[in-house]
Amino acid sequence: MEFIQYFGDVFVPFNFMLLMLGTVGGLILGATPGLSPTMAVALLIPFTFRLEPAQGLILLGAAYTSTVAGGAVSAILLKIPGAPANIATTLDGHTMAKKGQGARALQLSFLASAVGGIFGVFLLIFLTPVLAQWALAFGPSHLFWLAILGVTVIGSLDGGSVVKGLLAGCIGLWLSTIGFDDIMGAQRFIFHDSLAGGINVIPALIGLFAIPQVITMFAKGRSRLDAEVLEVERHPIGDAIREVFGRMRALSIGTITGSIIGLIPGVGGQIAGLVAYDQAKKTSPERDKFGTGHPEGVIAAESANNAMVGPSLVPLLTLSIPGSPTAAVLLGGLLIHGIFPGSDLFDNHPQVAWTFINSMLIGQVLMCIFGLYVAGLAARVAQVPNEVMAAVVLALAVFGSYSVQTSMGDVYVMAALGTGMYFLERFGFSAAPLVLGLILGPIAEANFIQGSMIANATSSVSQYFFTGALNLTLIAIVVLSVGYSVLMELRARRVVTTKDEAVAKEEALS
Amino acid sequence: MKKLLAGAAIALAAVTGTAQADGHANYPERPVMLMVSYGAGGATDFQARIVTMTAGNEDALGMPIAIINKPGAGGRVGWNWFAGQADADGYTMGAYNVPHFIAQSIEGGVSYSTDSFEPIANWGADPAVFVVAADSAFNSMSDVVGYAKENPGKLTFSGAGLFVGHHIAALQLEKAAGVKLAYIPNNKGGAGAMKAVIAGEVLGGVNNLSDAFRAREAGNVKILGVFDLERNDFLPDVPTLKEQGYDIDNASVNFRGVMVPKGTPQGVIDKLAATVPAMFENSRVASRMKAGGSPMHIMTRDEVLEMWAAREETLKELLAGL
Repeated sequence: MEFIQYFGDVFVPFNFMLLMLGTVGGLILGATPGLSPTMAVALLIPFTFRLEPAQGLILLGAAYTSTVAGGAVSAILLKIPGAPANIATTLDGHTMAKKGQGARALQLSFLASAVGGIFGVFLLIFLTPVLAQWALAFGPSHLFWLAILGVTVIGSLDGGSVVKGLLAGCIGLWLSTIGFDDIMGAQRFIFHDSLAGGINVIPALIGLFAIPQVITMFAKGRSRLDAEVLEVERHPIGDAIREVFGRMRALSIGTITGSIIGLIPGVGGQIAGLVAYDQAKKTSPERDKFGTGHPEGVIAAESANNAMVGPSLVPLLTLSIPGSPTAAVLLGGLLIHGIFPGSDLFDNHPQVAWTFINSMLIGQVLMCIFGLYVAGLAARVAQVPNEVMAAVVLALAVFGSYSVQTSMGDVYVMAALGTGMYFLERFGFSAAPLVLGLILGPIAEANFIQGSMIANATSSVSQYFFTGALNLTLIAIVVLSVGYSVLMELRARRVVTTKDEAVAKEEALS
Repeated sequence: MKKLLAGAAIALAAVTGTAQADGHANYPERPVMLMVSYGAGGATDFQARIVTMTAGNEDALGMPIAIINKPGAGGRVGWNWFAGQADADGYTMGAYNVPHFIAQSIEGGVSYSTDSFEPIANWGADPAVFVVAADSAFNSMSDVVGYAKENPGKLTFSGAGLFVGHHIAALQLEKAAGVKLAYIPNNKGGAGAMKAVIAGEVLGGVNNLSDAFRAREAGNVKILGVFDLERNDFLPDVPTLKEQGYDIDNASVNFRGVMVPKGTPQGVIDKLAATVPAMFENSRVASRMKAGGSPMHIMTRDEVLEMWAAREETLKELLAGL
């Protein structure tokens, strides 16, 4: 309960102003495609040089919280996820926006984010010592199985065909092997200097999602100038609040999955949203509606990606090990003030530690309030004419890809992948499984290699990967997940192959 | 109008003429860029930002230094870019990590070597240390080597990757102690390698002194030895490997400093070589570096040239067996 006594520090006028600044700035940065939470926090570090440690961390914590949620805005309105964490949000969020429910989708996403986020921070406050042990329990073999679990999700991710989902996933897995390999330094598929560092997830994400949208907009804009200007119906906030809490299953699955996955170092929030989305879909009696603009899809994905924020800081704050890229940047922000995370932080600088954590708690609430306000403005964004929107999105895509590593090569990668994806989409493939493959490939590969190196030195590979309670539990979940997908496939005999057909089917259902 | 243009052209020629004649006395006239070949928030990036924060002062460059990150492939992406595409006009500097870039150039597959760059000054030296989990049975390097002798190839220990300081230290230990070890490179760098030690996935690890110091403060690890010639100010109680009877020098120490591409005008190099070490010596820089647990080690251009040459020789010998 120590945290309560430091609540006052958050509400000191200057600190509170920083908190507001971080939250609003974070929402804007998060909504910009290409500016991931890691980038946003890194950009803010120099500003903290002149601030007190606690004040600097308030700014960083607020920005981290709200960039994750802000990514939902572009995911829903433009179908461009602001960061990998928001990929799952596009699946139902953008379809809702297409049906004129953009405001509703945004309200649900911010409310779900706040619920998930607050739960995650409470976990950080009350269970940190226990969670730290949990975070350490995941070694190479467990991370490998976790990545495989992610791969099993690929096929069932997007409404259309399982085979096409898996094919897209395989393309993603292959793309992830390009570049110098992480462990041995071997060169693979590098035909151009731009690819030497491998394909960075952020430019790939922007290309795969944004460019097909842009091409479509330009293509339609010529023939029908009024085409696809999104209508946005007003949606009362009260209804949204009732709806979020009315869909308890999606909310709790999202929150719990996000918290658990966020905790594991090295996996981070990138896949939390997708795994939660998949779980929510599989356990829902209305699973057919997922992918066709079902509110539960948005709620599960967004509650998960914000729930991961708190637990993702556990390894950093207790063990001084940054578990995610964003945590590594925050570590820099702490070190610059001479504060070492770990027992030093909580014993000698409790004011800094607890003010930081409290500011994330208050930050979630502020983020939700500002987010709901933004949702009201969504109508205006959506009424921008197609050709203007396409130009703006294209500019943001180029800017976002370049800024990740200040590299023109990333812009080429973005453009090439995007153009390829436009044609793949014509054949009913979708971007989400492809990106998931790109994210999971290195996790699975690197952990398998490390695991087998350790195994070869100590015991045997089969013993290392197939024994132990955690390994067996994960394998069991993988088998269940695969089995369930096969069963559903056989039972449903889905004939839907493209997203347009899926939408048509949904309209027939309702 | 014509006269005006002609006058302007003459004036312009005169200006550029003097600039060339006086050997870049006005350099730098605009902000300078420092390329860091690791991501924002990493140790190199973090230290580069601290040591360059006083660049705008009148007694330093008089112009701010902006950090540009070009991460990827263990630094290869950034250094390839720096050797091939960076302008050699003095406005593009790069941060180097020795032994990383030298080892990579010996390994091959990159378009740079020590000949592609001109060092300016060194700011830091982060030695590798040997760490074990706090509850480990090992209490000295002889315990570790003893275990490895009884169980050849079974002593697993983590490090940040292949062809980086940690790997060099591992090779030196194998050679000096005459044992076979199982070095497990990590794909998440030093932080991932440290996690593997604390979580008990491996029996020990080679890691950065600054990170290991922090982990020891947090009560998570024991530090058994420093891979350097002398004990470190941060860890006066930890003996070097040499003190413990292993013939290991400072070849694995991670030196960080500033360089420019080959072909940069000599006048610019001279000016930078004179001002940059003094800039690193600023007391504000020193206190920030100390607070962050980052050991400083300032070296002039001549000393760095010597260090690069010596390192290249040692590394060629060590890596020849791979």
